[in-house]
Amino acid sequence: MEHWSLASKASAPDSDPQPPSVGARLASDPKVVCAGGFIVILIVLAVGAPLIAPQDPLAQNLLMATVPPAGFAGSEPGFLLGTDGLGRDVLSRVIFGSRVSLTVAFVAAGLACLIGSVLGLMAGYLGYVVDMLISWLVDVWMSFPPVLLSILLIAVIGTGLHSVIAAIVIIDWTRFCRVVRTETRSQAQMDYVVAARTIGFSRPAILFREIFPNVVPVLIALLTLEMGIAVVVEAILSFVGLSVSSDTPTWGGMIAEGRQIVHEAWWVLAAPLAALFATVVAFNQLGDGLARSLDPVLRR
Amino acid sequence: MTGARLAIEALSAVSLRDGNRPILRRVALDVGTGEVHGLVGESGAGKSTIAKAILGIIPSQVRVTGGRIGFEGRDLLSLSPGELRAVLGRDIALVPQDPSTALNPSRRIDVQMTDGLRLKRGLSGKDARLRARALLEEVQIRDPERVLNSYPHQLSGGMRQRVLIAAAFGLEPKLVIADEPTTALDVTVQKQILRLIRALQERHGTSVLFVSHDLGVVAKICDRMTVLYMGKVVEQGATAEVLDAPRHPYTRALLAANPRYDRPDAGLEPTPPDIIAALRAEIAAFDAGIAGSRDG
Repeated sequence: MEHWSLASKASAPDSDPQPPSVGARLASDPKVVCAGGFIVILIVLAVGAPLIAPQDPLAQNLLMATVPPAGFAGSEPGFLLGTDGLGRDVLSRVIFGSRVSLTVAFVAAGLACLIGSVLGLMAGYLGYVVDMLISWLVDVWMSFPPVLLSILLIAVIGTGLHSVIAAIVIIDWTRFCRVVRTETRSQAQMDYVVAARTIGFSRPAILFREIFPNVVPVLIALLTLEMGIAVVVEAILSFVGLSVSSDTPTWGGMIAEGRQIVHEAWWVLAAPLAALFATVVAFNQLGDGLARSLDPVLRR
Repeated sequence: MTGARLAIEALSAVSLRDGNRPILRRVALDVGTGEVHGLVGESGAGKSTIAKAILGIIPSQVRVTGGRIGFEGRDLLSLSPGELRAVLGRDIALVPQDPSTALNPSRRIDVQMTDGLRLKRGLSGKDARLRARALLEEVQIRDPERVLNSYPHQLSGGMRQRVLIAAAFGLEPKLVIADEPTTALDVTVQKQILRLIRALQERHGTSVLFVSHDLGVVAKICDRMTVLYMGKVVEQGATAEVLDAPRHPYTRALLAANPRYDRPDAGLEPTPPDIIAALRAEIAAFDAGIAGSRDG
């Protein structure tokens, strides 16, 4: 008798409603929804740029140069954000410029994340010698000034989209490596990892089944932040003309052009600057929101 | 008593960090087939070190300096890491101390339970899930599907410990190491968990090495017991005999330290200093004896 009454007492407190799932938590976080929504819109614009952009971003028309945006005196229909010094449509150029920015954001941050994570997991889990070698490499690597390193690198391998991506990956993998190494090391001490060892799981099984899933939340957050950084780095490199060739619209290139005519046509500078600013803020906020929502310890 | 399933002989270990301070002093103990053996002692007595030595998870600052951990005729200490991995999870399983940290927070219960069944028992994913469900029912969880679909933080401590017990016994090991499995639970849940371990152990004929600092818990569940002090076996025997007629003054002191429900004014006595002094002298003589026999 007593036995069953006790059993029911113990299981009763567990029948409360289940806490919301990860998906529901993400959907209820305004940061994740707003920033994520912005990024999704940006991706749609970038992918569908030829269909969405109202004008050819490269079409010049010197008779229509420095037309102000809609709503200002002298604006022309069809040029919502006005035109630049060569009469090209600023809105179309901003939309096409997002292609380079997002490509760099996803590819460069993704590759840096991949390389950094693999080395970080190795350093954190394969023992003292591997850890020492990789950590030493990271320390030496991080002691180079990043901007000089990227300019030097591009001077050696030449300009272009590939070079920009390579420069970001080569500089920023260390960021991932450090964080993943630290996380892996602290995870390896956890009781559930020790418990997995006592079931006799192999080391790779423990690394990928027990440790890695707990590193993923911080990795996703870091990846998103890195995308914001990559967008800025690409803009800097195109500003100084070290990115893609100048006939491809980029936000950095547009900022450089707009800077020269800012007194006659401020919108040529303002539009790409706003796009850059909003994108970086969105990536940072998304990373912040994801870090909170995905953390298994905080997920209560 | 049928033959011993686990036979620890003269197990010695030292702490490397602490000037080679001995942690285990020629510990010998047997756990028979189907026996629950209590391993009792205060913090730092070496209980957990013994459990860890069996499971091959000795921390790096501890070194085993001698002895043998016989399990079914093989010395676990002399197995290669691969050989030990084959034994662990199939023949030996652990019920950990703290259910709040022993489950992986980012993996669902079903995945964590079926991992062992698939890798160690060779079950298919579907069979493993059915088995996990049946195991949860066996530990009296009323809505096993909901528990299987939960993350650890969605379950109470008692529920998590049931899951861990189900997972350990579900592998059908010959020996279960229970490392203070009730210490982190509140008292009402404790009692059920003890009953559960005992019931599962009897049903499957499992041997259990039950590590605890709580004599009350040991009295309820263990057939035989070993009392450790500073890594030395102080007293060993059938639980009823040891508790009813303790021969060693330290065991008597431990019993006196237990709260008494019938006499609230008694109990909770610290170990008297003269007994500690006598124990230390005994251990010093024991160490000298070992050193002497080694030299001679």
